[in-house]
Amino acid sequence: MFNNELVIDGRKFRSRLMVGTGKFSNSDTMAKAIEASGAEIVTVAMRRVDINNPADDILKHIKPDKYLLLPNTSGARDAEEAVRLARIARAAGCEPWIKLEVTPDPYYLLPDPIETFKAAEILVKEGFKVLPYINADPVLCKRLEEIGTVTVMPLGAPIGSNKGIKTTDNLRIIIEQAKIPVVVDAGIGAPSHAALAIEMGADSVLVNTAIATARNPVRMAEAFRLGVDAAVAARDAGMPGQRDKAEASSPLTGFLRN
Amino acid sequence: MFKDVLAKYDFEDTRKFIHSRTERDVELALGADKVDEAHFAALLSPAAVKYLEPMAAEAHSITKRRFGNTIKIYAPLYLSNECTNSCKYCGFNHKNDIPRIILSDEQIKQETDIIHNMGIRHILLVTGESPKKVGTDYLINSVNIMKDKFNSVCIEVYPMSVEDYSLMYSHGVDGLTMFQETYNRTKYADVHPAGMKRDFEWRLGGPERGAEAGFRTIGLGALMGLEEFRTDQFFLGLHAHYLIKNYWKTHISISFPRIRKASGNFQVHEIVDDVSYVQMTLAHRLFQHDLGINISTRESAEFRNNLLPLGVTQMSAGSKTEPGGYSNENEGKQFEVEDKRSVEEFCNMIRSKGYDPVMKDWDRSFLSGE
Repeated sequence: MFNNELVIDGRKFRSRLMVGTGKFSNSDTMAKAIEASGAEIVTVAMRRVDINNPADDILKHIKPDKYLLLPNTSGARDAEEAVRLARIARAAGCEPWIKLEVTPDPYYLLPDPIETFKAAEILVKEGFKVLPYINADPVLCKRLEEIGTVTVMPLGAPIGSNKGIKTTDNLRIIIEQAKIPVVVDAGIGAPSHAALAIEMGADSVLVNTAIATARNPVRMAEAFRLGVDAAVAARDAGMPGQRDKAEASSPLTGFLRN
Repeated sequence: MFKDVLAKYDFEDTRKFIHSRTERDVELALGADKVDEAHFAALLSPAAVKYLEPMAAEAHSITKRRFGNTIKIYAPLYLSNECTNSCKYCGFNHKNDIPRIILSDEQIKQETDIIHNMGIRHILLVTGESPKKVGTDYLINSVNIMKDKFNSVCIEVYPMSVEDYSLMYSHGVDGLTMFQETYNRTKYADVHPAGMKRDFEWRLGGPERGAEAGFRTIGLGALMGLEEFRTDQFFLGLHAHYLIKNYWKTHISISFPRIRKASGNFQVHEIVDDVSYVQMTLAHRLFQHDLGINISTRESAEFRNNLLPLGVTQMSAGSKTEPGGYSNENEGKQFEVEDKRSVEEFCNMIRSKGYDPVMKDWDRSFLSGE
C-alpha cells in the first residue's frame, strides 16, 4: 500500500487532506463530512466558536483523540489581533498549533504578508507550531521557513472561489525550494484540483468551501479523500514526465540489444 | 467623499435612466462578467421583473459560494426613544405622544440578560437622536454593562465625529449602522423638517467617518417607501460600492427597511410590494458579491422564510423595538415587528431549510487589549 503519511514538525498524520469547518448547513453534516474525508487535521475559526466551552456545537464534534484541532485566526486584520487570538486558543487548552490567517480585506480574504510575518515571528518565539496562510510567494515562504514556521500554506486561488490552482508557477518554485511541508490552501474547488496540487508535489491540501457547499457534503468529502489518495498513489508509482515529442512504447532501437 | 460622488448625479435623471432600461439591457447585465453601474441600473429596473428567476438562481449561487449555508443572527436593543427630531415617518418623532424612556443601568442589565438567555451573541444598540440625554458617556456606560455577555456590539445611533466613533470603538463597539433613509435631498428635507437629522451631508458622511474610526462592519440602508425606491436603491448600491473601494478593511452590509405602521400615520410615497423587494435584494447581490444582506423582523415570518436562499447573510430574531420591550412590552415602538417568532422558533426554521444559524461570528478579543 502506498504511503499516505504527512509529517509536520515530527508529528505524523495518515491523511494529506486537511478540512475546514465553516459554511456547513449544520454541525452533524460537518462531522460526517470530516469523517468521510479521512482528514486528521481540522481547522476551526476562533471567531466562530466559544473556545472555552467544549459543548460548543462545532467543538463537540471534533474529538481530540481523533483529530488535531487547528484553531485559525480568521478575522484578524493585523499581527496583534492574530497573536491575541492564538494565545486565547492556547489558554483555553488547545494544543499550541495555530493556522495563522491575517486577512485585512474582508472581501477576497487575501493574506497580508507583512502582518503575517510579524505575527509568525512572535508566535514561533512563544512556542507555537505556526502554519501560515499566505499568497503563493516563494520568497515569503523561505523567510517564514527561516524563522521556524512548521509549514507554509500558499493559496491556489482566493478563499471560497473554487477556481483551483491558479498559482501553478509560483507553487512549483515553493515546492521545489521548501524544506518544510507545503500545504495548498484556498481556492481548491474540486477533487481534481486537490489531486493536481499533490501531483505537483505539495505535501497537503486544505479544503472547506468545496465540501461544505456541495449538494452532498459527505459524498464530496469522500471524493476529496479519493482524489488526494489517487494523487499520492500516482506519486508513489512514479509519474512519467511530460514530453514534447512522441515516444514509442516499443523502443524503435530495441533490436540493437537483441 | 461619497457626497462628491452623489453630486455627479441628478435624482430625477437617474430615475428616468433606470426606468428606461429595456429587457435587452437586463439580458446584457445577466450575461456580464462584471456587473457595472449601468448593468446594476438595469437589474433594478421594471424591465428586470420578468427575469427574477434567473437573477435569484445567480444570487443564490454567489451567496452560497461566498458565505456558505450560514445566517448570522442578531437582535436589536433599544436603549432609548428620546428624540429631538421630527422625522415624519418615525414613531420616535418628538411630537408623538409616547412614553419616553431612557433605560437605567438596572434595566439594561435586565434586558441584556433576557437577550443573552435567548442565545443572542450579536447585539445592535439603538437610540433616537438625543445626544444631550443619550450621549457618548451613556453609550459607553451601556456597552460596559453588557459587553461581557456579547461577542459583538454594534450601534445604530445619531451620526458622530471620527473622534467620537473612535471612542466607541476603543470601548468595544465593533460596528455601525446608519441609514440614509433617502438619497434625494429634496425629499430628505421634506421628511426631516426639524432637528439634527435635517443635515443631509452630516448623515451621509457618517458611515465613512465610522470606517475612518476603524469599525469592522458598517450597515447602510434606504427606507423603502419614502421616495422612488429603485432610484434610492441605486444610490444605496453606489454608496456601498464607494465604501468598499475606499475602506478595504471594513465589511459593508445593507438592509431593506420598508415603512411599517408607527405612531403618526405617515402616508408613504409608494408601497413597495414583495416582488419589488426581492428584486432589489437580488440586484444588490449581483452587483456586489460580498455585500452583507440583512433582513429584519419588519418583514413577515412567511416572507422571511422565503427570502432565506435569495442572498441573505444576516437576520434579526426575537426583536423588540421599544426600550425595555424585552422585559415588558410597552407603548413607544419605533415600528411594528411583523415576525414575532422567538429566537428558538426562528433558528429551527432556518435549520429546517438547510442553513446554520450562526450565533457567534466575531470574538471580542479582536478588540480588547491585554
